Amino acid sequence: MKWRTILSSKTMGDDEEVKVFGMWASPYSRRVELALKLKGIPYEYIEEDLSNKSALLIQHNPVHQKIPVLVHNGKSIPESLVILEYIDETWRNNPILLSQDPYDRAMARFWAKFIDEKILSTTRKVSFTTGKEQEHAIEEVTEQLKLLENEVKGKAYFGGEGIGYVDIVANFLVFWFGNLQEALGINIFSQHKFPFIFEWIQKQLKIDMVDECRIPKDKHLTYIQTRLAAFKSASK
Amino acid sequence: MADEDVVLLDFWPSPFGMRVRIALAEKEIKYEYKEEDLRNKSDLLLKMNPIHKKIPVLIHNGKPVCESLVQVQYIDEIWPHKSPLLPTDPYQRAIARFWGDFVDKKIYGLESGKVWTTKGEEQEAAKKEFIECLKLLEGELGNKAYFGGENLGYVDVVLVPFYSWFYAYEKCGNFSIETECPKLIAWAKRCMEKDSVSKSLPDQDKIYDYVLHLKKVFGIE
Repeated sequence: MKWRTILSSKTMGDDEEVKVFGMWASPYSRRVELALKLKGIPYEYIEEDLSNKSALLIQHNPVHQKIPVLVHNGKSIPESLVILEYIDETWRNNPILLSQDPYDRAMARFWAKFIDEKILSTTRKVSFTTGKEQEHAIEEVTEQLKLLENEVKGKAYFGGEGIGYVDIVANFLVFWFGNLQEALGINIFSQHKFPFIFEWIQKQLKIDMVDECRIPKDKHLTYIQTRLAAFKSASK
Repeated sequence: MADEDVVLLDFWPSPFGMRVRIALAEKEIKYEYKEEDLRNKSDLLLKMNPIHKKIPVLIHNGKPVCESLVQVQYIDEIWPHKSPLLPTDPYQRAIARFWGDFVDKKIYGLESGKVWTTKGEEQEAAKKEFIECLKLLEGELGNKAYFGGENLGYVDVVLVPFYSWFYAYEKCGNFSIETECPKLIAWAKRCMEKDSVSKSLPDQDKIYDYVLHLKKVFGIE
């Protein structure tokens, strides 16, 4: 039985214009699309070639020149976590992504930072190092994933009664991370080692919009392998 | 609010701790300050922040909140009526959060530390990037008195603690931040006129002594 989002009767005005500058293989980009889809917000998606960034992207994010960027009625908002909070505060229909309670909000923000600053950052090291350095990074990210496993233990979602902010930030675990480890030929992340995260993934997959944000596996594996090969030859 | 129990586990030169001190002072919240010895962390710190084992830790009615940007937002939401730090408009809030994130990534990031931990070409490159980042912040400040407009806001609280480290950076890097970014220094001095800021930041000389001590301990010339 698939869970469907409930659209409020007044989600979007007629003159709302929402654009997302993104990249199909980026977990940061997918988060933003997932949040908009869950809230039922129509948007125009602009795919960026990261090796040849568009003038428009640079105009909308001059400081970092990165995706994702949300442009709402001409106003640019970069940085995925900032974008998620903006989406939640601007469109107040269900699902509400962050709790009203300040302590719960603080916990959610803490875990989102942990995912980005620790897990995803260490995952980059795993991808782009070799030998002892990579071994160390693999150990580090395994420990970090264990902390996340502990956080979701006994819960259907990271937050409250339904999909929320941390579930969206953790979306990289649903498709992206598994593809990456297959491409790298490593096995950090398995149902045996992380039963609670895998249980959470199964629940996530039942949500239509999560499935709509699926990163196509074969295309993704090829993409990662191409990037790794380019990195290896550049570092010789 | 009556029986509020607020404890801050902190370390005096930490700019992250200073952010929380300023936010609590702006809200006029009384709290117990506990100085941590980072080479010998207390059981309380390890219990309240088991994941990172770092300061600052804000303990409110027994419940810990960790990470300074998270703590400043929490303080703003728990005590919303006095000195609101984040604006009410979602887009203005997004801008504030963006610049808060920028300060953490670029000003407090690994690269800026190279201004005092390295020499030669590496140091010159670090100084250049550091100044470029400060200039971007100057651009964002524009002609406003504070990043928050007419009063201290989130970005002011997030950035101003670093002012206490500027003198150490200038001495180690042999440059003048005021020459490069006069508007930013003027802004920092304006912030220092407020008790909430001046009482939360240690003396620049003390920070410089601390940096010299760190250089000795880590064998950095």
